[in-house]
Amino acid sequence: MSDAGVLRMTDPSRSNLPPLQLHVPEPRFRPGDAVDYSHLVIPPAGVQPRPDEGCAASETHGLCLDLVRVLGEDHKAVGPWDPKLDPESLRRMLRLMALTRAFDDRMYRGQRQGKTSFYMKCTGEEATSIAPAMALASDDMVFPSYRQQGILIARGYPMVDMINQIYSNKADKLKGRQLPIMYSAKEASFFSISGNLATQYPQAVGWAMASAIKGDTRIAAAWLGEGSTAEGDFHSAMTFAAVYNAPVVFNVVNNQWAISSFSGFAGAERTTFAARAIGYGIAGLRVDGNDPLAVYAATRWAANRARANGGPTLIEHFTYRAEGHSTSDDPGQYRSVQERSEWPLGDPVARLAAHLEALGEWTGEAHAAMDLELAEQVKAAAKAAEANGVLGHGLHHPFRTLFEDVFEELPWHLKEQSEQAIRERRIKWPEWKED
Amino acid sequence: MSDTPSMKKLNMIEAINDALDVMMARDDSIVVMGEDVGYFGGVFRATAGLQKKYGRTRVFDTPISECGIIGVAVGMGAYGLRPVPEIQFADYIYPGLDQLVSEAARLRYRSAGEFTAPITVRSPFGGGIFGGQTHSQSPEALFTHVAGLKTVIPSTPHDAKGLLIAAIEDNDPVIFFEPKRIYNGPFNGYYDRPVEPWARHAGGAVPEGYYRIPLGKARVVRGGEAMTVLAYGTMVHVAEAVLAEKGVDAEIIDLRTLVPLDIETIKASVEKTGKCLIVHEATRTGGFGAELSALVQERCFYSLEAPIERVTGFDTPYPHSLEWAYFPGPVRIGEAVDRLLKA
Repeated sequence: MSDAGVLRMTDPSRSNLPPLQLHVPEPRFRPGDAVDYSHLVIPPAGVQPRPDEGCAASETHGLCLDLVRVLGEDHKAVGPWDPKLDPESLRRMLRLMALTRAFDDRMYRGQRQGKTSFYMKCTGEEATSIAPAMALASDDMVFPSYRQQGILIARGYPMVDMINQIYSNKADKLKGRQLPIMYSAKEASFFSISGNLATQYPQAVGWAMASAIKGDTRIAAAWLGEGSTAEGDFHSAMTFAAVYNAPVVFNVVNNQWAISSFSGFAGAERTTFAARAIGYGIAGLRVDGNDPLAVYAATRWAANRARANGGPTLIEHFTYRAEGHSTSDDPGQYRSVQERSEWPLGDPVARLAAHLEALGEWTGEAHAAMDLELAEQVKAAAKAAEANGVLGHGLHHPFRTLFEDVFEELPWHLKEQSEQAIRERRIKWPEWKED
Repeated sequence: MSDTPSMKKLNMIEAINDALDVMMARDDSIVVMGEDVGYFGGVFRATAGLQKKYGRTRVFDTPISECGIIGVAVGMGAYGLRPVPEIQFADYIYPGLDQLVSEAARLRYRSAGEFTAPITVRSPFGGGIFGGQTHSQSPEALFTHVAGLKTVIPSTPHDAKGLLIAAIEDNDPVIFFEPKRIYNGPFNGYYDRPVEPWARHAGGAVPEGYYRIPLGKARVVRGGEAMTVLAYGTMVHVAEAVLAEKGVDAEIIDLRTLVPLDIETIKASVEKTGKCLIVHEATRTGGFGAELSALVQERCFYSLEAPIERVTGFDTPYPHSLEWAYFPGPVRIGEAVDRLLKA
């Protein structure tokens, strides 16, 4: 009994009250536990209603507690959310997801081989960036978090430029300043990734408001993980978007884990993340994030709505982070390894491939050949990037760039510090010449 | 400065309003937003009339969310607008700090110039108005410490307009702190005496139309030989009054911009006078005076004839009833001046 407890017991007027209890959420499964997901409610595909894109936000609120699904157990696309993509588009979607996965595999190995400091895979979550990128216009501005490499791949951003950034080499367009995978690609309408969480959410709203102020037709879309919905920025963004009816699509990628903290630490024990939309009075959709067709259809719905001045939509993508948070953590230390194999919504690449096969538009042989080809494509890009250097091997940007871009112009104090840095360099390497 | 047909007498609020008006007319990418800034025109009236003139999509009220205000401004800047958000009191700025420090300040650097944050955050700051601990703070040192932010503090209506125009035109994020104690007149620290209105002060003469005062240039308020006084905002007027009262021939420098700092003007003055007094209203420990003191010591050590003096607020929250005990007024400044004179 703590001192506080003793004190309480000494107060006779309160002695008949139960002691207050603090609830600290705990995930169902820890390392070594057998995994049973039967508690998850997974409705059948095709049964969720699809309201009109111009409907009152409240008409979507039932969907915030449901799960929009298109691909059924028989791998057929069913129901009103079926986007009815042609086989060529489906194959393109499959190829982009597979390419993202091949890219992740190669970059993960590159990190393990010491070519860079850090990497983050999106394995199992490919649909949540590839399908939205295909559903948005190519010049809609995206404000990603750190696991949307698929957007750059879908928008055709040069893979070698992505790897140059990851290797922080002399060809890195960000001059070696950012942690690997924190890309910035204005030409692909892809905003600079911060690394601080949720900050991109109000920024996306601001961009969308600016687009509306200027009478533009482009909309904004933002991504974050379910864990980051706890940040104040998320709620500021929701408020501003609701107040100004901003043309923005909010994506919450609920992959169940924020490093080692399960979604319960962001409030998942109480309600869904899509349900945040209800409180703000904006449209919301909860989607099977491993069903690329459902993700595509939901994004399309939200984008059309935003473009028609119908306002913001919050989309929760219910998915699973199949691997670690990053190269810096071992998920076997905090969760059961069975979670991945038992995940009831399967794998997005396998599901789309099975759908194409069910349509008679794809074969296992074609898939195997594609995987080999994509691995070669990534390998060639990695090789080309390695010619520009890997992290820590001296092939970095010129020394003076350390002080550039702090401000538009170099102020006196940075000039002085730049001179000092050059002096230090000459002390260490007397032969050194500024490149 | 003399009156000419192109000058008008304005108080600092009117000068700021004029700067916003001039710039909004010149550049339709400028938007003004903040709590109560729209229809009402701001709790200090700095944006009065602007919504009526430029419409609700360029001048508008915002939710009470400083994080949202700054974050939205960063996104608008990325689009290509030039937002001028108002934070109603500097004391309220902290919920927006991450968006300023981690986002606005670093966007140019982290994106290698792909994206920038051409934002001017206006915010009334400083005490002496019985605002208590949530309407009186001077948090400038939190911002001068951040790589990538510029910090500007005017001390007259003339400077407020010219500096605000330069800040809005600047392509980097600028924190523009407005010393609210001198909005209506150059308060000189003698709180028991009436404050002279700006109309009777040379700094209240403001040119009409567009003009800019470059960021990073200090103003020598008064030339002198006995000592150098470094101050900004309200404290320029307090220091000026105390030194006049004491009949000391001090050189008073109004820094106007803390980052980038006009080090050349400071250095030339201290080398001439051999003594340096630094005055600010903010708390002492880690305040901008510490940076100034270090810079003067590093650059002017062999010219110094006395230890550098720092006069500041105390390291307490800003009190309400004991406001004038906190405020670095004539007695605290006078004591430091006397020490320097005796040295």
